[in-house]
Amino acid sequence: MTDDTRDGHRSGGQELSRRAFIKTSGMGTVAFAMGPAYGAGQAAADEETETRLEAGETVPITLHINGRSERLLVEPRWSLLFVLRERLGLTAAKVGCERGECGSCTVLLDDVPRYACMTLAVEAVGRRIETAEGLMDGETLGQVQASFVKEDGLQCGYCTPGQVMAAEGLLRRNPSPGRDEIRHAMSGNLCRCGAYAHIFNAVEDAARHRKG
Amino acid sequence: MAQEKEGIEGQIPFTQAPDAGAEGEPEAWGERTRVVGERHPRVDGYERVSGAAVFPSDVVLPGMVYGAMLGSPHANARVKSIDTSAAEGMAGVYAVISRNTGDANPAWSYGGGHQGRLFEDHCRFEGEAVAAVAADTPYRAADALRAIVVEYEELPFVSDVAHALDEDAPGVHADGNLAGESEDGRGDVEQGFAAADVVLERNFRVGSQMQTPLEPHGCVASWDGDRLTVWESTQGVFAIQGELAEVLDMPLARVRVIGHYVGGAFGSKLRTDKYAVAAALMARRINRPVKLFLTREQTLLTQGNRPATLMTLKVGAKKDGTLTAIHFEGTGASGAYKAGGTSLLDWIAKDLYRCPNVRTHLKDVYINAQPARPFRAPGYVQGSWAMDQMMDELAAELAMDPVALRLKNIPDGSQARDDKPYTTDGLRRCIEEGAAAFGWQQARAAGKGKGVAGKGEGHVRRGVGMAAANWYVGDGGPPATVILRLYVDGTANLNMGASDIGTGTKTVMAMVVAEEFGMDPDAIQVEHADTATTQFATPSGGSKTVPTEAPTVRRACLAVKDQLMDMAATQLGRPRQEIRFAGDRLETTDGLETVAITDLDALKNQKVVVGIGERQPNPDDVSITPFAAQFCEVEVNTGTGEVRLLRMVGTNESGRVINRLTWDGQLVGGVTMGAGFAQTESRVLDGPTGKLCNKSWHDYKLPTALDVPDEVVSAPVMLNDEEANIVGAKGLGEPVTIPTGAAIANAVYDAVGVRMLDTPINPETLVARIDLQEGPQ
Repeated sequence: MTDDTRDGHRSGGQELSRRAFIKTSGMGTVAFAMGPAYGAGQAAADEETETRLEAGETVPITLHINGRSERLLVEPRWSLLFVLRERLGLTAAKVGCERGECGSCTVLLDDVPRYACMTLAVEAVGRRIETAEGLMDGETLGQVQASFVKEDGLQCGYCTPGQVMAAEGLLRRNPSPGRDEIRHAMSGNLCRCGAYAHIFNAVEDAARHRKG
Repeated sequence: MAQEKEGIEGQIPFTQAPDAGAEGEPEAWGERTRVVGERHPRVDGYERVSGAAVFPSDVVLPGMVYGAMLGSPHANARVKSIDTSAAEGMAGVYAVISRNTGDANPAWSYGGGHQGRLFEDHCRFEGEAVAAVAADTPYRAADALRAIVVEYEELPFVSDVAHALDEDAPGVHADGNLAGESEDGRGDVEQGFAAADVVLERNFRVGSQMQTPLEPHGCVASWDGDRLTVWESTQGVFAIQGELAEVLDMPLARVRVIGHYVGGAFGSKLRTDKYAVAAALMARRINRPVKLFLTREQTLLTQGNRPATLMTLKVGAKKDGTLTAIHFEGTGASGAYKAGGTSLLDWIAKDLYRCPNVRTHLKDVYINAQPARPFRAPGYVQGSWAMDQMMDELAAELAMDPVALRLKNIPDGSQARDDKPYTTDGLRRCIEEGAAAFGWQQARAAGKGKGVAGKGEGHVRRGVGMAAANWYVGDGGPPATVILRLYVDGTANLNMGASDIGTGTKTVMAMVVAEEFGMDPDAIQVEHADTATTQFATPSGGSKTVPTEAPTVRRACLAVKDQLMDMAATQLGRPRQEIRFAGDRLETTDGLETVAITDLDALKNQKVVVGIGERQPNPDDVSITPFAAQFCEVEVNTGTGEVRLLRMVGTNESGRVINRLTWDGQLVGGVTMGAGFAQTESRVLDGPTGKLCNKSWHDYKLPTALDVPDEVVSAPVMLNDEEANIVGAKGLGEPVTIPTGAAIANAVYDAVGVRMLDTPINPETLVARIDLQEGPQ
């Protein structure tokens, strides 16, 4: 029940090849693989389909976020976090470290908690992306969110949307986690205010109410 | 001899209180309250969990571009040349400023008399600003930074507080590395030691701890003509307004600072820094808003720390445990500029436990590292590490219970403030009530040095430890103003400039209003932390926000109630003195007539009643001080040196508990941060280069969900400090973290008999000491 998938670079059918991934991550002139998500119809990236892009050049992608499809132009090196926050106005996911250490950018990709800072926007194509905004029903808080308020599983609130998504991911795969399982599932999300004990209470409360 | 509140080297701007003696003080709430003291969820809980809260780093404005700072990569270097031409020519780059852009390099001071510039020729610490850029995306801003060519002349450096004053140490400044020196004391320590039956002396070393809040330091700066608006991640918008107005040479009325939310601070966001000046200057040059948030690495390099500190503590006591003398020597590192390297460092030694003979001597030194900043209970956390471990060792030496030894030395007043009497017996009550809540006697008897199975010699040993504390600035005080508007429908708007840094300030204030008017706290709209639209407040720091603002809010309520009573008297045709409040109604003192607030005709006519509250001075003949004690149980693996925190009980006397939910949250958080101080957090500056080694959260370890105690119990002393102020509350945020480190160290000693004088107590350092003591397993 650990979150080892969160840091890892998941291999998926619609993702870039490792080779192309490394190239697109560099600065300056980048190589970008035209995968199937962009309409090129190729099964996977290879030498023949590479297009060289300068920094600043963008490609069109479609992201499925909180039940809506968003078509936008991105540089291949842009993180999912940057696109969510600065291009789509979804600022629940926060910038803490931008190197996969704190979890304040945690979102769900196909129900699994994932650091949006360590995920390129182009990697998220074809995945079901959920942010804390997506847990709302109109102006009504989702259960995990409501439990965080009730148990005061927060202080400054900056890491909170990320904590909420980590908890949501946990409860989707394990509706009745024990305290140790909760601790492990939340251990990828730093809270400098140190609200952990209250966060554990909030996750337990949410589990109770989701079942009931 | 005694020091008056000088502020923490001017960084927490305490104002000297005017003369005490306000007339006609309102009645205390007393024991029975309706809302106050309950567990109330935050009034801004929805915003904080939904993503609706707009933190400064969330702000996106039309046309906004992204700023970034370039810092020196060397511990100490002179900038020989900067070539920004390549960066300036890059696509998407809007602005590049450096010392080459003379009109964008204003005077800048780190305080303490320093006079420098935004971009210095001589960069005395790693990360010191060299240039700044703005570009259409953060990615292209980073590209531009990499294209700037800087030629440095590397200079000798000193990075170890222990060697800063060596004769051959390179001078951080031309006049040497002693940034400041002070002495304090009372009585005659030589006589005190001569009269002692036991004298102990130990050297302690505390590593530098970094605040590193989750939201990086930064801002968004936007101009409208000659008016500047800045969204800053800060503990106090008015402090930032003042600083920016000064650096940019602008009138206060043309600088608006907004800081509705702040993603953690812990003392590191009391002031702004060069990033805000750079962002404002670039925004003005390019006529676009600039968002400039530092990278995590930059925040660790430049945005504050608790100073690395060396302490020598010598204590003498009689056989019965009575302290006879305390001699405390402390050396702390300000960093490259004078920044309070020894602020409040000797206060625990000279103020907490009763002792007639005390001498303290502090040396603040320069090293080639970023300037220190106040960090949650500055000085006290370090001082407690030494003093409360020493008390533990003294207890062992005297064969006394550590609790009994402390209870033997409880002062009646603040010894460092001319024995001004305390308003409560809080220290004794924290220790006694905490010990009872923890089951100290039983735990000590059961756990001592025994294996978990109770067999005595397993490789996993249990131990218990405790420590106590006070905090000298938990009283709050003027200036503070708030405005309360009571609407015609009985709801209210509270206008208060103070920041809610996550401690629950807004909720506490709403509960105060709710208590006075018989409302639900959620019926109150709190408008705060905006220099243009809210009332003046000092930064939220020093655990003074609740004791400063809550009495002020109550005064505003009383000002509104005063007008409502006039309205009721007129409406009911009774003399004013025959009118009293009953929840959300007013009634005649004979109980015959009553009118709801919302049925007052005058209120219906004028639609709103406005009340202004001003913080009145504190009484000047008493010491208004919060107290704390913590008790912890640990499990130590003697084979690996791992310390597991099993449980912690925290007892605080901070006067009246206003919101029990956020009170408990403070305790839980203070324990977590104290555990980090004791166990995982210590800055490492590389010997050969002076550069920061642990400049990420991967290497600088914060406690995670797996590191905190299985059980944290908050057991407040239920006491209303009516002498303190008209709500009876004192500060809490700092006392909750002061005793944690020493309590853990004492528990480790109890478990394995090893006295850890240096932080951090991590597996590596502890197992080495255990091996030394027991020999290799």
